[in-house]
Amino acid sequence: MGQKSDHAVMDKPKVKKNLTPWDIVQISRHPKRPILQDYLSFMAKNFIELHGDRYFSDDKAMIGGFTEIGGQKVMLIGHNKGKKTHENIERNFGMAKPDGYRKALRLMKLAQRFNVPIVTFIDTPGAFPGLEAEERGQAEAIAKNLTEMASLEVPVVCVVIGEGGSGGALGIGVGDRILMLSNAIYSVISPEGCASILWRDAKYAPDAAEALNLTAKALHNHGIIDEIIEEPGEGAHTDAKKVADLIEKAILKNIKALQKLSVDELLQKRFEKFSAMGKFTVNK
Amino acid sequence: MAWYTNTTAEKKKSKKQLWVKCKKCHSHVYTEEWKENLNVCPICNYHGAISSHERIKLLFDKGSFEELFDHISPKDSLQFNDLKGSYKDKYEANIKKTGINEAVVTGKGKMNGTPVVMAIMDFRFLGGSLGSGTGEKILQAANYAFDHNLPYIVISASGGARMQEGALSLMQMAKTCAGVARLNKKNIPYISVLTNPTTGGVSASYAMMGDINVSEPGALIGFAGRRVIEQTIGEKLPDDFQTAEYLLDHGFVDSIVNRKDLKDYLSNVLSYYNR
Ligand SMILES: [Zn+2]
Repeated sequence: MGQKSDHAVMDKPKVKKNLTPWDIVQISRHPKRPILQDYLSFMAKNFIELHGDRYFSDDKAMIGGFTEIGGQKVMLIGHNKGKKTHENIERNFGMAKPDGYRKALRLMKLAQRFNVPIVTFIDTPGAFPGLEAEERGQAEAIAKNLTEMASLEVPVVCVVIGEGGSGGALGIGVGDRILMLSNAIYSVISPEGCASILWRDAKYAPDAAEALNLTAKALHNHGIIDEIIEEPGEGAHTDAKKVADLIEKAILKNIKALQKLSVDELLQKRFEKFSAMGKFTVNK
Repeated sequence: MAWYTNTTAEKKKSKKQLWVKCKKCHSHVYTEEWKENLNVCPICNYHGAISSHERIKLLFDKGSFEELFDHISPKDSLQFNDLKGSYKDKYEANIKKTGINEAVVTGKGKMNGTPVVMAIMDFRFLGGSLGSGTGEKILQAANYAFDHNLPYIVISASGGARMQEGALSLMQMAKTCAGVARLNKKNIPYISVLTNPTTGGVSASYAMMGDINVSEPGALIGFAGRRVIEQTIGEKLPDDFQTAEYLLDHGFVDSIVNRKDLKDYLSNVLSYYNR
């Protein structure tokens, strides 16, 4: 490394090297971490928000609509966390109910009708674990999205921007390309939940975070995500505009590549992509 | 056993083997009677756990079942260790204990003469959890049904995704549903049978996606755990919450069918399939 770049590194805020998975969990949940609406304000032009699932309600934990990103028209759908307390209460901390997943699916089908690519932003602690969510079929709503997203006839690009909380994240996460910010997490269960089951104590959450392989780097190694978007400095909250820029570029690049495929090729590749996920032993 | 070896411990052991205590009504039922009644309580109709092999005997015409994809078993690709040891040790012990390689047995056979492809989950194997091998077998069986134009039936019994495989297990939800999506497109029937328990990631994927969803009486079916929900809402939930009956009432299963009637029910429904 030359002198110039050494100097440049010194000017930057002190960055902790070799973050542990537990450090990354903290960054992904940082109160100042940019949320969907921050990125929307930087990159989305002419956002036409569309409301409601047509069955029960308009879930504010999940938003979506037509918009333009870098001149590309898309259907944008995402978990909608808040920053202020009243926002988070209204948006249920980004934990969608079945109504949210059904709204998302309605908008995805609309995108298919309009022949517009779909972009999803994933950022949720998980699907809402409440009485009315169960009553209205949380399991069915997520399952339906997983099934229907497998055969959407337009390109689908998913970006994990913060917390990828289990089935609640996957419910809008079946795409042709899965991108992930470098300090985002994506996991089958929260480290706290995993620790309280397998370690019988939530205080082992850092150990569980390590064991679960929930970081972008680990997930990339396991073939679950396609691309890591490197966050500057100590994390996305230090320069949201820059991160928005990087996300926009990555989205545009991937949509462009996917648009070269015919619908049949797109669907075949998506099927092959998810078919190939997982590792198991093949016995003779 | 000779009379002189019949110590207190031996007596206890033989009593345990002689009787089964029903988990619901706590009645003591002769083991022989319990088994003859397909692990269902003759007094309160509680449907107890049943192994995949007993299930196969119950559902398929004699000698017609042919196992497929039994060469697949788990892999500890994350080298997952918790306080109790490694995932590898755990699943190896489960293979030894159950005699099966994964939490699901897949194959084809005939039900009252109707050919079907079936995946039967086995709760004894790591709580029927959905790991990569489980998902692979369920997908491969779906693909087999797709290729041979045969109806597909999955019998679920699972606590959800297998944590020890991290996000690899989460992705099995998308993978299995991709298989279901292809069957839908080709108009091949897919029937899901939800047995006790069908929760978490399994309920939120293929188990809820049946063209017809059937359940056994009293089965626990739901996405989030009861304790988590009670913590969220700060109150106790009704007793019947997340039971098969509750789901029937809320429109998520088509019918509740007794275990002894399941074979006839399934073949009867499939007799309407006319392609
Ligand atoms: Zn009983």
